[in-house]
Amino acid sequence: MSTENEAGLLQPEALARAVKDAAAAIESAANLGELAAAKSATLGDKSPVSLARRAIGSIPGKERGEAGRNVNAARTEITAVYEAREEILRAAEAARVLREETLDVTARTPRRRQGARHPINVQMDRIADLFVAMGYEIGEGPEVELEWFNFDALNIHPDHPARTMMDTFHIADGEGGFGSNMVLRTHTSTVQIRTMLTQEPPIYKVAPGRVYRTDEVDATHAPVFHQTEGLVVDEGITMADLKGTLDHFAKSVFGPDAITRLRPSYFPFTEPSAEVDVWFAAHKDGARWIEWGGCGMVNPRVLRACGIDPDVYSGFAFGMGVERALMLRHGITDLRDIIDGDVRFPAGLRVEE
Amino acid sequence: MRIPVSWLAEYAALPADLSTEALDAALVEAGLEVEEVDDLRGRVTGPLVVGRVASIEELTEFKKPIRHCWVEVGEAEPRSVICGARNFAEGDLVVVALPGAELPGGFKIGSRKTYGRLSDGMICSASELGVSDDHDGIIVLPEGDVGADARPLVGLDEVVFELAITPDMGYCFSVRGIAREVAHRLGVAFTDPVAKAAEPKATAGQPFPLSVETDGCTRFTLRAVRDVDANAEAPEWMAKRLTQAGMRPLGLAVDVTNYLMLELGHPLHAFDLDALEGGLTVRRANPGETLTTLDDVERVLDPEDMVICDATGPLSLAGVMGGQTSEVGPTTSNVLIEAAHWNPVSIARTSRRHKLTSEASKRYERGADAAISMLAAQRAADLLVEYGGGTLVAEVADVDRREPIAPIVMPVDLPSKTIGVEYDRELIVAMLEAAGCEVVGGKVKEGTVEGGDVFTVVPASWRPDLTDPADLVEEVARLHGYGHIPSSIPRAIAGTGLSSSQRRRRRVARALADNGFVETYTFPFVSRERADELGLDEKDPQREAIAVLNPLDDAAPLLRTTVLASLVNAVKVNLARGARDLAVFEEGLVFQPAEGWTELDLVALPVSKRPADEAIEAAIRRLPVQPRHVAAVLCGQAVPVGVGVPGRAVDWTDAVEAAEVVAEASGVQLQVAQGEAAPWHPGRCAELRVDGLPVGHAGELHPEVCDRLGLPKRTVAMELDLSALPAAGLAPAPVISHFPATLIDVAVVVAEAVPAGEVESALREGAGELLDGLRLFDVYRDAKLGEDRKSLAFKLELRAADRTLTNEEGVAVRDAAVAVAAERFGASIRV
Repeated sequence: MSTENEAGLLQPEALARAVKDAAAAIESAANLGELAAAKSATLGDKSPVSLARRAIGSIPGKERGEAGRNVNAARTEITAVYEAREEILRAAEAARVLREETLDVTARTPRRRQGARHPINVQMDRIADLFVAMGYEIGEGPEVELEWFNFDALNIHPDHPARTMMDTFHIADGEGGFGSNMVLRTHTSTVQIRTMLTQEPPIYKVAPGRVYRTDEVDATHAPVFHQTEGLVVDEGITMADLKGTLDHFAKSVFGPDAITRLRPSYFPFTEPSAEVDVWFAAHKDGARWIEWGGCGMVNPRVLRACGIDPDVYSGFAFGMGVERALMLRHGITDLRDIIDGDVRFPAGLRVEE
Repeated sequence: MRIPVSWLAEYAALPADLSTEALDAALVEAGLEVEEVDDLRGRVTGPLVVGRVASIEELTEFKKPIRHCWVEVGEAEPRSVICGARNFAEGDLVVVALPGAELPGGFKIGSRKTYGRLSDGMICSASELGVSDDHDGIIVLPEGDVGADARPLVGLDEVVFELAITPDMGYCFSVRGIAREVAHRLGVAFTDPVAKAAEPKATAGQPFPLSVETDGCTRFTLRAVRDVDANAEAPEWMAKRLTQAGMRPLGLAVDVTNYLMLELGHPLHAFDLDALEGGLTVRRANPGETLTTLDDVERVLDPEDMVICDATGPLSLAGVMGGQTSEVGPTTSNVLIEAAHWNPVSIARTSRRHKLTSEASKRYERGADAAISMLAAQRAADLLVEYGGGTLVAEVADVDRREPIAPIVMPVDLPSKTIGVEYDRELIVAMLEAAGCEVVGGKVKEGTVEGGDVFTVVPASWRPDLTDPADLVEEVARLHGYGHIPSSIPRAIAGTGLSSSQRRRRRVARALADNGFVETYTFPFVSRERADELGLDEKDPQREAIAVLNPLDDAAPLLRTTVLASLVNAVKVNLARGARDLAVFEEGLVFQPAEGWTELDLVALPVSKRPADEAIEAAIRRLPVQPRHVAAVLCGQAVPVGVGVPGRAVDWTDAVEAAEVVAEASGVQLQVAQGEAAPWHPGRCAELRVDGLPVGHAGELHPEVCDRLGLPKRTVAMELDLSALPAAGLAPAPVISHFPATLIDVAVVVAEAVPAGEVESALREGAGELLDGLRLFDVYRDAKLGEDRKSLAFKLELRAADRTLTNEEGVAVRDAAVAVAAERFGASIRV
């Protein structure tokens, strides 16, 4: 290229044309690759504005100042066009990548296994929490128990008719016969005895746990089921305190509208004794009284057997079936759903609200 | 106890407008649980009328003889009725269900053609009407107005309550007892049925020679009636009440004793006087003596059983059941009536010993009223005279060994203090008297101001259950009404919340659930074969199990010694229902016999006072050890094949991880070592330890165990003894370094037999306190490494609390780590 030609690039018309051509080239770049090529052609070493800058040296000194300004103005103009284009193309490119990475987010196979706690245990924990909030502690005891804890200490002596009322699993002795003096506990009342033997009043205790009776499995019975036992021994405890405690308990299990009714009944370990009925408005067959459990004032004979002076202390005790309450609350009609071990039951029944 | 309302109304003056619901409520408030209200009025609907058989035409052309009758039912014309029964004659009054009537079982009566004739109604039997199970032909009425409603004549105008009687209310096994309770509840008059007879005095001579030789007999009375019509039947009203109460009329003498037992609650027995020989002796049985009771069972008697004998030997098992030889029957005309009272405990034992519960034993066991024995015998005699045309024998026997009833002393304020209701003195006295008690001391007498601080109370003769002040408190509260008891809550006390082990139990269950395990629970009963199925060694202590004497299922008499032993049952249930991928867990007690428990003495603990601590300790030493275990079983896919997911079958690592979830939730560090224990695969079993002590196992189950139990191949499981996990204790806060970590990989070559876990421990030990993390990331085997060698590649993450480590420091730590592994296992760095 001749010097004269290069000097010609400095002509304002030529610069204007270079800017116009460059703008056209840049604007026509469809992607960042083409834009890079256009940049090289319009702003690179061999581009008209670069050649024009180099041509400045070949023109007379007094003209150089203006020519330099003209070249710079042209270059700035092209750069601006380039940058604007680059921004557009970059955004388009980013958008394309995101578009191409788009997936069907509904096409997913869960990898996480779903676990669940058993509703009976959750229910027992709930009950425990309620009583812990009232200052109670949680008691525990063994499931194979001495007859003395299960019967005698609870004022159920060997010839007591109540001993035949409870259908008891007896533990075989060493020879496989009767007389081991041990049973699978028929009620959680055994924990009352263990508590009173080891603890001085005031005693505020609940004992949720598993109990056993020789009932064949059907829609409402099972040989293994759960109870929540409550025991309070303190000075000045009355049956009104028992009623109030049960009212509070009932509202927690059956809802704020639940009310209780005490019906005279008989348990050897309480005197007076009562059955507790609950008015259950949400019953699936219509509002009604339902049997909930047994209760009463701890029989002074029981206190005495545990070394507590009945002239100083009085107490109340209650025992409620956990399964029954769960069935009523959730409209479960067959107990077998709770006990047969099918994983769909715990997984499907949310007990916590 | 079934009680017809009209019978109740004879002794409790029930208001005429008393609804069934109100009576129901009164019974419930008294403590008498209503099991069923049997409204007989609704048993047959539609027209049921008295008919007179005008004519009978015998039809003989059918397989069985059939009668075509014309029956007058108070309409213009008699109706044509077909009947298969033959126990009636022309002119008899019968019960006819007319078209439109519906009998029990939904049997609708219509007009229809049968046996070639029109049957325009049905002549009914007692069983068809549901009044008894008597199938012996149709009912022939003794009297009635043709066309009138037949329901009152067959006892279908009645409401019958079926009540559950608690053991302390034995006196309510009678109309007498229930009427007393209902009358008090409703505030109406009560008439004691006992007043219907006057108590005769014992005479010098006896109706039959008698000798009472056991102290188990509190009272023994006899009356005799001669020349009773052997064919006499109970009067209609009596038969109806017996039927409604659920007993079958069997003949006058037996019906009278049953009737009075229901009315008075006092059992009676009728002997055929002519079948008795010599005299009656009341005594304990001799060893080996036998008696065939009325239920046709020959019983070998126990020396504690009480029997009534004549010269030939035992006639009846006292207080429980009569024998066959002396029973009144269709030819009996001379009747000896016995009304006796027995020691309740002795009766209870006999009843239990012979597994024989009768209406009599039920009442004696709970305490019948010994004060009315003679009266009961007298009334029975009176009824036999009245309805059997007999003659009362003048002699009366009454051997009366009753002790005076012990009075109970009760502080006046005890009811109020126990119940939380202010009962005043008058109210307490009124309630105790309503219970039949006599308040002999502490009552405010006319003209006095104070009655003292205590009541002295003599309980009623029919209330042997009242022995303690607390029993009287219950009577006051019950008879006043539990409905008066207010609702209050004891003041909250300073509790300490859940114990640390209770909190841990919850965390463990929650953590397993959150990690995809479903909690279940199984009955702890297992079969004797389960130990074999689990492949337990002959000497495995887990074979030592406690047995249930009376299991529901004879095939599963043992209590589990591991949770897995029963948890697999739940797995099988789910597999049988089509589940494939399972992850379940259970936590619960297991039962391990105490060492040498069968040799330890049975320690009898008292109930009258607190047993001594040493006695309690000695007694409970025989109890099985009952630690709490948690077990988990997994089978199928851990991650199912899915979109972009290759899927993964469960393997032994899942079982170990489940154990780690438990350990983490328990705040303890689990050490995993190569183990070998049933029911696991001998080469894929991890022994789990905490602080060096074994606490359980995890891994793949033995293929043969899977096979025997019907579990999928490669089922994995873990079981941990939660009770054996030590308390976590308070942990010091971790030191958080703010400097970057230095990462170094190291591969060490060891013999194949060296467990990776132990190499890891060695590296940790050698690396010292600059080690912040260590992870096995590859196991590599290659012939170049040498025979039976493997390369274990670890990533070490090193960090100091106060500086960034230099490369030289990092390499030094690595070399120190490898040095320990080299020393222990001959490990060398792979380059």
